[in-house]
Amino acid sequence: MSGTTTDDEARVVRPGRIAVIDGNMAAAWGAKLSRPTVLAAYPITPQTPLVEYLSTFVADGELDADMVEVESEHSALSVLQGASLAGARTFTGTSSQGLALMYEPYIRTSTLRLPIVMAIVTREVISPQSVWGGQQDAITVRDAGWIQIYVEDNQEILDSIIMAYKIAEHPDILLPVNICYDGHYLSHVADRVEIPAQEDVDRFLSPYSPSHIKLDPRTPMSVDPLTPGDILMEYRYKHVRAQARAKRVIEEVDEEFGRIFGRPYGGLLERYRLDDASLALITLGSTSGTAKVAVDAARNRGVDIGLIKLRALRPFPREELFEALHGKAAIGIVDRNVCFGWMTGVVYAEVCAALRLLPDQPPLIDFVAGLGGADITFKHYERAISLLQQAASGRTVAEVTWLGIDFEPGEEP
Amino acid sequence: MLHMKEIRLHGRGGQGTVLASQILVSAAVREGKYGNAIPFFGFERRGAPLAAFVRFDEKRIREKTQIYTPDCVVVMDPTLVHASNVFDGLQEGGAVVLNDRKMPEEAKLPTTVGRLGVVDATGIALEVLGTPITNTPMLGAFVATTSWIGLEALLSALQEMMRGKQADANARAALLGYERTRVLDMQPGRAEAHLL
Repeated sequence: MSGTTTDDEARVVRPGRIAVIDGNMAAAWGAKLSRPTVLAAYPITPQTPLVEYLSTFVADGELDADMVEVESEHSALSVLQGASLAGARTFTGTSSQGLALMYEPYIRTSTLRLPIVMAIVTREVISPQSVWGGQQDAITVRDAGWIQIYVEDNQEILDSIIMAYKIAEHPDILLPVNICYDGHYLSHVADRVEIPAQEDVDRFLSPYSPSHIKLDPRTPMSVDPLTPGDILMEYRYKHVRAQARAKRVIEEVDEEFGRIFGRPYGGLLERYRLDDASLALITLGSTSGTAKVAVDAARNRGVDIGLIKLRALRPFPREELFEALHGKAAIGIVDRNVCFGWMTGVVYAEVCAALRLLPDQPPLIDFVAGLGGADITFKHYERAISLLQQAASGRTVAEVTWLGIDFEPGEEP
Repeated sequence: MLHMKEIRLHGRGGQGTVLASQILVSAAVREGKYGNAIPFFGFERRGAPLAAFVRFDEKRIREKTQIYTPDCVVVMDPTLVHASNVFDGLQEGGAVVLNDRKMPEEAKLPTTVGRLGVVDATGIALEVLGTPITNTPMLGAFVATTSWIGLEALLSALQEMMRGKQADANARAALLGYERTRVLDMQPGRAEAHLL
């Protein structure tokens, strides 16, 4: 359970039903249990089964929602904007080029402050053509004003979608939320998942009842009029403040969910064997599990290493990272994406910025890995941990290592 | 106490290899275990070689990677033994489950194999299902060879994941696969130590 223990004694609710389902089905269940009333999605690998599962739930009468058939991702999110403005709870999902096509309504969704929940089934972006995992799609749109949470396994997909509505619709927040789960490495992986009972989810998550904005023919209002810069600046300022408040709300919702269902995830980030560690790894998404196994193995060899599983990329937990990493001797970041202008990964660049005021700057090393569905293996982590140990002992180590290709940066063919 | 087992299934597109991997996980979970199945992410074409990666354990499984050093290799299609490196990384004393009409020559097996299970899964599939889809007889052969999950759990998982007549026929194919598998300990002593 992502490094947390499930203690039946601590639960408020009885255990749910155990099922073996893939990540897309876990997302469909998370949505279904949250009782959305309007859905719209356009199929794209590896999200396609999610659309099929949701359509089946609606067709079988198990989910009382309108499933709107659309001709593109742009339309899918535009439909949900109208539905959300009219007071509906909504859900969709997409991947890669679908997200790219969706970008225009995507940024308008957050700036309209609509609490839409959307899965991003992360997939490499093209070219070259690839349908496999990679987080470049979601990470590229990180600055469009949404909250983005990345998850480790199928159970966390289901649980996080339920939590996402509570975060998005919180009156202090009113922002859309992406639950980002790795294409193929979660979307198509069959795993054991506990499905909570509907009545327990209903107690945790109240129906959506918007108060600030609602399309209603009886009381007409204008939405999104031409806005001069001084007022637009005020909108942006308030949007940024909502992102700042979301840090507290993400933590509170996770704490409440953990108390009721027995599965806390750490809120903004999970610390794994970190507090007494001198070395730290930072991971995002499904590779976090493999990283934890590698951390355990290194601990057994006497290496004092721990891990931060970053859950929230937006809002970025700057202060929390600073606090958690204070005093570490070396820090390694695993990036399943590329930050083209920095020649590193994105998370590395952001962690560097967050830690700029740490005294005695520890070495920070980036590991770019797992692009386009490439496997991030246990051996990759052994190599990463060995490089971290070298850096901590004062040896000069390259700023970026690309795990899985055989040449050193600067020596490429 | 079962220590984590890693199983690599090799098949060709259309033989039900990915479904077989999901049935195995479902069977393990029925027995109160944890399990997950990762399909190899290649091109989905009928006849193309593909693999699926299954893990069982008594506790939650964190790894989300492919399997490079399997405890067991299951080969759904007899031609794959010659076409790709299906035995790569097999653990010392590990298990191999093959679809073949006759026992293979020892020279063609990996030196690390501890226990061998062989069954004519294509013959059973043609006899029971009328089509050479070998996944369910091979699941029966897997249980006969390793005993890592019980036959009862396998059959009930299979019934849950298939429907109607198809489920019944496949349960029969799995049962025949179980009954007709010839199991041979290649390195007595070592195999028991590893396979338990």
